[in-house]
Amino acid sequence: MSSTAATPASRYLLEARGVRKSFGPTEVLKGVDLLVEPGKLVFLIGPSGSGKSTLLRCCNRLEEPDSGSIIMDDVDLLSPRTDINAARRQIGMVFQSFNLYPHLTVQKNITLALRKVAGMSTADANARAAEMLALVGLPDKAASYPAQLSGGQQQRIGIARSLALDPKIILMDEPTSALDPELVGSVLAVVKDLRDRGITMVIASHEMNFAREAADKVVFLDGGLVIEQGSAEDIFLRPQEDRTRRFLAQIRH
Amino acid sequence: MTATDAMSNWDRFVFTFFNADIAMKYGWEILQGASVTILAGLAVVMTGIVVGFGLAALRAIGWKSLNFLIIVFVDIFRSLPPLAIILVLFFGFPAIGIVLPSLIVLWLSLGAVLAAFAEEIFWAGITSVPKGQWLAARSTGLTFAQTLRYVILPQAVRLGIPPLTNRAISITKNLALGSAIGVNEILGRANSALSMSANATPLTMGALLYVLVFIPLVIASRMLERNYRWGEH
Repeated sequence: MSSTAATPASRYLLEARGVRKSFGPTEVLKGVDLLVEPGKLVFLIGPSGSGKSTLLRCCNRLEEPDSGSIIMDDVDLLSPRTDINAARRQIGMVFQSFNLYPHLTVQKNITLALRKVAGMSTADANARAAEMLALVGLPDKAASYPAQLSGGQQQRIGIARSLALDPKIILMDEPTSALDPELVGSVLAVVKDLRDRGITMVIASHEMNFAREAADKVVFLDGGLVIEQGSAEDIFLRPQEDRTRRFLAQIRH
Repeated sequence: MTATDAMSNWDRFVFTFFNADIAMKYGWEILQGASVTILAGLAVVMTGIVVGFGLAALRAIGWKSLNFLIIVFVDIFRSLPPLAIILVLFFGFPAIGIVLPSLIVLWLSLGAVLAAFAEEIFWAGITSVPKGQWLAARSTGLTFAQTLRYVILPQAVRLGIPPLTNRAISITKNLALGSAIGVNEILGRANSALSMSANATPLTMGALLYVLVFIPLVIASRMLERNYRWGEH
């Protein structure tokens, strides 16, 4: 019997429980649960240093959690028997600073993993890249280099790159924080489109208007703990906890 | 009374540094030295860069004991005067039964020194690639080795081209140290001709040959840099 079959089917696509992570003496995550149902968009909010990025990175083991469990689509990500590189194909990741490969064209940024991880032929991978570029509204940028694109365009390429592998979930770490205000809209429009296509996402972001419009759940993280969670309306309009209220007051100013 | 006493300053300068008779007499000799410089230089540059690149890539894996050995090698060979290495290999090694031809000694010594510097240059390049590049690549399922090969090393190489060009040129000029063990390249031969003719023209010729040999290297390096612009201006 394989380790994956031992896990009973969950109603959650991503089920992280009791995740702890320390960097040296600093405990960044103090036992966090993150439950994401398929097709839902979950917003992670919280002050900087609250552990949002670390939590996202633990979910694809870019950071190794010290303890806890992370089940992704009934696969135990922390089991030594899990092929983490294969699992990561299923988990897209989008970064605050885009992290496009500056030495590769947009097309090659998207096709690198398709060819080397998914084993696609160059022709198939290029066709897939074209499809993704159309989806993020940049069909004519295949031959450009990242340095020739605006921040908003780069982030949409970042989304296209993670989407190309057809992941089950996409984790976004402050996808719009590094963008000029006028460029934020184009990226959020793509995120909205993905949501409408039923793609599961976890987004660490402070775009509250967008969260109110699009998020199925908002999770407020502070000091390495989940302080409060609920619908966007509950959290933004009727926060129950003092710390949530104080945080929301700060970011509104 | 010597030949130059009756000359103007300008004539004396030309006679001493640009003397056609002397140039004809020693030209062929010095030109042969250029072939030594070019061939041995190419061998040293290729060996140094390939070995240095390989060592930097190995170091990126992060095996502590291997890295210790690499760092020991690099630090020693960056500090030792190349002449000392050449002399030990040529005059010292026969005592322990290893006799190497002088050209091989020159190639090994300078190749090792360049490898040590090249390793540090590539390593600096690898460590200066932002951590986000690793995160992005690994998050798409690329393995460590694939990330290193397709994402990190190409960027590290670009950062390394200018310092590597400088280092390759300065190490290649050390081929002149070969005169200590009987390898006579441009400068060695020009020096002998200088002593024999009591005239500086051979040195002028040697200098011009150095320029002719190294300018193509510098141009190639600039072309390579242009190739690596990746859409930046």
